[in-house]
Amino acid sequence: MTETTDTAGPGIAASIAAAHKDVPGGLLPALHGIQDAQGYVPPDAVPLVAEQFNLSRAEVHGVVSYYHHFRSAPAGRLLVQVCRAEACKAMGADALLQHAEQRLGCGVHGTSADGQYSLEPVFCLGLCASSPSIAINDEVHARITPALFDEIVEEARQAS
Amino acid sequence: MTTTVYVPRDSAALAVGADRVARQIAAEALARNLPVRIVRNGSRGLFWLETLVEVQTPQGRVAYGPVVRADVPGLFDADFLGGGAHALNLGLTEEIAYLKKQERLTFARMGVTDPVSVADYEAHEGFAGLRRALALAPADIVQQVLDSGLRGRGGAAFPAGIKWKTVLAAQARQEYIVCNADEGDSGTFSDRMTMEGDPLMLVEGMAIAGIATGATEGYIYVRSEYPHAIATLNEAIGNAEQAGFLGDDILGSGRSFRLIVRKAAGAYVCGEETALLESLEGRRGIVRAKPPLPALQGLFGQPTVINNVITLASVPLILARGADFYKHYGVGRSRGTLPFQLAGNIRHGGLVEKAFGLTLRELLYDFGGGSASGRPIKAVQVGGPLGAYVPESQWDLPLDYEAYAAVGAVVGHGGIVVHDDTADMSQLARYAMEFCAIESCGKCTPCRIGSTRGVEVIDKITSNQNRPQQVILLRDLCDTMLHGSLCAMGGMTPYPVLSAINHYPEDFGIEAPDRAAA
Ligand SMILES: Cc1cc2nc3c(=O)[nH]c(=O)nc-3n(C[C@H](O)[C@H](O)[C@H](O)COP(=O)(O)O)c2cc1C
Ligand code: SF4
Ligand code: FES
Repeated sequence: MTETTDTAGPGIAASIAAAHKDVPGGLLPALHGIQDAQGYVPPDAVPLVAEQFNLSRAEVHGVVSYYHHFRSAPAGRLLVQVCRAEACKAMGADALLQHAEQRLGCGVHGTSADGQYSLEPVFCLGLCASSPSIAINDEVHARITPALFDEIVEEARQAS
Repeated sequence: MTTTVYVPRDSAALAVGADRVARQIAAEALARNLPVRIVRNGSRGLFWLETLVEVQTPQGRVAYGPVVRADVPGLFDADFLGGGAHALNLGLTEEIAYLKKQERLTFARMGVTDPVSVADYEAHEGFAGLRRALALAPADIVQQVLDSGLRGRGGAAFPAGIKWKTVLAAQARQEYIVCNADEGDSGTFSDRMTMEGDPLMLVEGMAIAGIATGATEGYIYVRSEYPHAIATLNEAIGNAEQAGFLGDDILGSGRSFRLIVRKAAGAYVCGEETALLESLEGRRGIVRAKPPLPALQGLFGQPTVINNVITLASVPLILARGADFYKHYGVGRSRGTLPFQLAGNIRHGGLVEKAFGLTLRELLYDFGGGSASGRPIKAVQVGGPLGAYVPESQWDLPLDYEAYAAVGAVVGHGGIVVHDDTADMSQLARYAMEFCAIESCGKCTPCRIGSTRGVEVIDKITSNQNRPQQVILLRDLCDTMLHGSLCAMGGMTPYPVLSAINHYPEDFGIEAPDRAAA
């Protein structure tokens, strides 16, 4: 696990948690807030969140690890999600995923050595009539061919 | 004179470059000194034509599509602002056969209006249902919903009015309306389209549900994979509040209703209603045993109506036009319309709202135009990842909850995923088990362990290790999951698996089903 070098990190996490502690069911919104601000939920934020919500660390860790959306380590600069669900499979998602692994230089759930890309599977982006589809840092793209994949990734890399 | 041009803001349009098209139209108009007003509407749901650009002309809205950025200068050269001829000109939008053949009740405004404009919404019958509800006693609103025959559109098809009635009768300090917008099923996107393309309809439906049951707070639980839907909903809610349709003292009626949007975190099982409530309360989304029913002890332990997006979005029209109007559509006990969603390997994928009772074959060929690959269609999964694969012999059944249940299939949320003859059904069955293993909440053994075992057993079948025995084992396993699971995640995963092995045994290396069809 990587150490957080960002000294502002824990402070941000604690203040976001504090802002949500009185919100009914506020734990998920707090974790979203932390991940939105820092790109992931740092392990050292867990005790701070636990304290604000009056929960055990284990409970907070349990929630973070239960949901696929939350990450405990930073992602690459571009988070590339490739849909693996049926409608996309029917239009070649399996081959697209293999292509993505090669192009990005990392396996599924992995981050490329240069820290540029993370590759994650996703189960449906709601673009099933325009499959196969992907998302890069929340931007959606449909009807993806390998060539188009390379083009979109390159464009996103230059823009980021 | 300023010309109005519509460029969709629906994700499926954005995913093929709608923003670039909109920017290019604005730039060209400026360069040519032509006054243009660009409205970002929802999608008409004819996705193979996205980006579908429409121009308001004296004859009506003229459609052009699919438009990419590079087409824009040529469109201006062809006087598309005046509805001019061009290779991409599709004629009047309303006359496009795919759209014209539909019965758009719930989706009547979809792609027509500016999704976040309260004025536009009201100009198209919006808030007529809420105004009517405010003049009725709560029990009479509930009666309208009961009489309409509306059943939950999230999958289980439970009558909406009965849930509402239970919550209305419950005594508590606080009641809640929860909208299930977790739409995790592959092949479904009508919830997403509603939130992005006509969110005020959902706002209105939830406000009516609140007034009908005494709930003053509503939560919309939206999956994190839908950032555009979340943003559009929040914008629409803000506008509705400002216009007095939400908040304290709705339209001076003394009634109040507040709406809160909550972002989910990527767990499929949180679409199950009790897991969703756990998640809203800030915990791991693990399924709760029922009873108690959410209608009696739901969110934060209080009586709660939990309904799907389309269920709630169907209510404004029922109130505005009356239960009889709605009930008139449909067959048997499946009343009204369903927004069917055509996806996967299909030429004309998109949203088709029709009354229950049409057939899969009509959807696949009359609307869908056959497969996208041009190859024969082999299998169609209806009703999401937990739905059965429907073989050609059943494509003439009416799409109706009971008729599908009778053959061991489900209509579910109306998602239809098409596979051509290159599909390997043993691999799709394996995938169904794998999906269950990844997404299981872990509470019960048949689902948690059974799905992992299921993957192993299918691997043995396909690699021909003791194939006959493994087939028996797979059927036993499915039987245990069907009957021993706490919720439909484990309880329905056997549907795709058994339908695949029963209808396509050759893909598993076996000759014929050794037991009666599932
Ligand atoms: C594993 C699982 C996932 C589900 N996912 C959804 C979903 O994404 N959206 C939905 O509306 N209902 C979903 N349901 C059904 C809900 O539990 C529930 O029946 C529904 O929200 C009730 O609303 P309705 O009566 O309006 O259909 C799911 C059920 C299960 C077992
Ligand atoms: S069937 Fe699966 S998802 Fe449902 S309660 Fe059991 S373990 Fe959880
Ligand atoms: S299945 Fe891939 S977007 Fe729905």
